[in-house]
Amino acid sequence: MIVISDKKLDTWSIIASVEDEAAGAIDVFIGTVRNKTSDKSVTHLEYESFDTMAVKEIQKIVDTAKTKWPIKKITVHHRKGILKIGDAAVVIAVSTPHRKESFEACQFIIDSLKKTVPIWKKEVFSDGKIWASAHP
Amino acid sequence: MKLTIVAYGIAKEILGASSIEYEIEGSLSQEALLENLKRSYPGFNKLTSLVIAINSEYAQKGQIVSENDEVVLIPPVSGG
Repeated sequence: MIVISDKKLDTWSIIASVEDEAAGAIDVFIGTVRNKTSDKSVTHLEYESFDTMAVKEIQKIVDTAKTKWPIKKITVHHRKGILKIGDAAVVIAVSTPHRKESFEACQFIIDSLKKTVPIWKKEVFSDGKIWASAHP
Repeated sequence: MKLTIVAYGIAKEILGASSIEYEIEGSLSQEALLENLKRSYPGFNKLTSLVIAINSEYAQKGQIVSENDEVVLIPPVSGG
């Protein structure tokens, strides 16, 4: 299940969505809004998403993960809009028969998501705003 | 022909709009379109990367852009 939402992410329902009787492990990654970017204080973040393509690209990552590990269920939710410090920006939950593959699959999914999924983060400081990674 | 080009993130700020009508002569490859856009909007040259998505998929090498395609500018992504 893949969702891009402008509402607060519900971590517990995301975890519940991957519960499976054949799973011996559920691994969860939560990406949260940090209060600093290289020593500059962040007031909040603004996320923008190209929803249809973002869902498609996440689906490709999920499909690839399923060929690499014996995954029972995967749910990925990404937030967009204005996020406060401490808010969850992304929640990924993966269930597998054993723990090792759930750790590996979850890490693969977040690492891949950061590279290919069309979602953009604007960091807002007290003295200005900057699109993350936009310039070298 | 006229293309509708949609932009997100910093690309939207460089264009000055979330979408524009862009005039091109005949059909052209996605690479040529990108070069034209970089000439029209020099701010794109300063980005770490800029690629095109056609109909919600990353454009392939040499892919031709046609009038009814959904063309979207993808600046460096930073989700997660």
